[in-house]
Amino acid sequence: MTEYKKGKKPLISKSKRLSNRREFIRSSVFTGGFVAASMAGLIPVVRGDSERLRPPGAIKEIFDEQDFFASCIKCGQCVQVCPVNAIKLAELDEGVGVGVPYIDAREQACDFSCDGLQCVLACPTGALTHDLDYPADTRMGFARLESPKTCLALQGKGFKGVARGLSYKGLLRYDEIDRWNPIKVSDHPYDLELCDLCVRQCPIEIRITQCAEQESERNRAKESGKLARVAEQHGNECPPKHAIEMQAINTSDGVTRMVPTVLDGCVGCGVCEMICPVAEPAIVIDIHKIANWGGV
Amino acid sequence: MKYFIESFSQVFGNNPARPAKDDQSEELKEIYKNKKLTKEDFENIDHRSHVLGKWQKRRWITLILVNFLFLVSYKFDVQLLEGAMTASRFVGFHMADLNSALQVMLAYKHVVLNLVIGTATIFIMWLLLGGRAFCSWACPYHLLSELAEFLHLWLVKKKIIKNHTFHRKTRSVFYVTFALLALLSGYTIFETISPTGIVSRAIIYGPGVALIWVGALILFEVFYSRRAWCRYVCPIGVTYAAVGSVSPLRVTYDATDCHHEGDCRKVCLVPHVLDLTIKGKAHTVEQDITADCTRCGMCIDICPTDSLNFKFKGLDKFL
Repeated sequence: MTEYKKGKKPLISKSKRLSNRREFIRSSVFTGGFVAASMAGLIPVVRGDSERLRPPGAIKEIFDEQDFFASCIKCGQCVQVCPVNAIKLAELDEGVGVGVPYIDAREQACDFSCDGLQCVLACPTGALTHDLDYPADTRMGFARLESPKTCLALQGKGFKGVARGLSYKGLLRYDEIDRWNPIKVSDHPYDLELCDLCVRQCPIEIRITQCAEQESERNRAKESGKLARVAEQHGNECPPKHAIEMQAINTSDGVTRMVPTVLDGCVGCGVCEMICPVAEPAIVIDIHKIANWGGV
Repeated sequence: MKYFIESFSQVFGNNPARPAKDDQSEELKEIYKNKKLTKEDFENIDHRSHVLGKWQKRRWITLILVNFLFLVSYKFDVQLLEGAMTASRFVGFHMADLNSALQVMLAYKHVVLNLVIGTATIFIMWLLLGGRAFCSWACPYHLLSELAEFLHLWLVKKKIIKNHTFHRKTRSVFYVTFALLALLSGYTIFETISPTGIVSRAIIYGPGVALIWVGALILFEVFYSRRAWCRYVCPIGVTYAAVGSVSPLRVTYDATDCHHEGDCRKVCLVPHVLDLTIKGKAHTVEQDITADCTRCGMCIDICPTDSLNFKFKGLDKFL
């Protein structure tokens, strides 16, 4: 091995000195420019217009997504595992949020058809926290009947046809049709005397109904003295609270009408917003509110 | 140890150390003294092309395959390489880009086990593969930038534009600035402008407006400053150079047959690492190129005397 030593500094000519100086000035402007460009990414966050509905388990406070942005490594593994392609990555207009996952519920909500919260399991950095076990533990937001005037149920109207038009590409899992593969909403027409799509398609409500059926089947089996042979479903335990139901109210003109009412069990998955068949959804997800019991 | 220190010094932006007369090996001095190249010899040098050499071909194929594998894994659900360049899973095993992981750790200030596993895996992988080899063999922006470089060099040759250099210490300033920004702001500021992440995600999840930023970078490199991003900005390169400083996979230089004509320095992304090929500037007859080298193999392809070669330290005895 030989010694590495710095040689003597050679004397430099005037022109060399000048070009060195130019290079220094150029480098300073260059550095300032790029740092400023990267810092500009904070603008959407400061202005608060980068807030979005996030995938299940996103570590964030209401009005404060800093931890989520910081911990996300922007790789999109959550995008890749979602069976209904609900998760998208934010664009550069969201500044430092570029590459961070979000859900546009109206376009495609999370219907938990993966059962096991695949996005949470795929996240390599814990930006979607592993503290979450079941859909009912999720706290993405909270549904709100935004425009009662347009709600079909409140007008006493039914619904016939495909919920979002034939060109709509959104997917939902309909257990009675295919337990394992979500299908297009446009391939599944409804014929309802009173529109209750937001309640009918709520993943939490569907799960509660399934659980009740399993329970009664188990009880019947017990009563008839046979061994219970009912398949247990794992990874999707029974939600302890209802999320939405139709409630009767008296309108001002003295008529009794049914209205979808959001309950404590709502996790903010967005399926109600997605399936609402009127042009502007009557029910939407409020990302600044979550149920205040249990959950993550 | 000296290799390690000299590597860090060059990555930081210092000029390569010049040997004092008394710490140049006698053998090397003898070689320098006996090497009398006439003008005729110089003219007869068998200059090679810097386009599509052996290593460049291998490298481009590897780079395209790696990035393509991400896309195929997602589109056809093969689950071989899921995720993007910033973090992924190779047949289920976590991998995390060291610089992205560092940014997340600095911003978030917590580390989950999966990230530790991913970071350690990638550290070991690039330790064996030569640190900054990540840049030239995997980074998708590198290929775009390399193509832009051809255009830049052509424009310079036609005297349509002039190249503008920046001070190499600029990159160190960026490195510290981005680390501090992540730590203090709590946001991964660098990721916003990282063309590596942007291009990788665009390949896998489809193009978006973020590519405009990448396009602007490319234009800047074509018309103003050769390989500006990789040379003067990118902290990813610095992180991997640190890994490379302890990597056994290096390019090694042998002064015996060298014509010192400098073809290698002309094609190199980081030509300061090849300063030792200038007559009188090496320390020993055989000397390793420092860790700022991206192991791209361009110098090996172009060297008319085969004075530059890849080596895996400790393995050459067995080969």
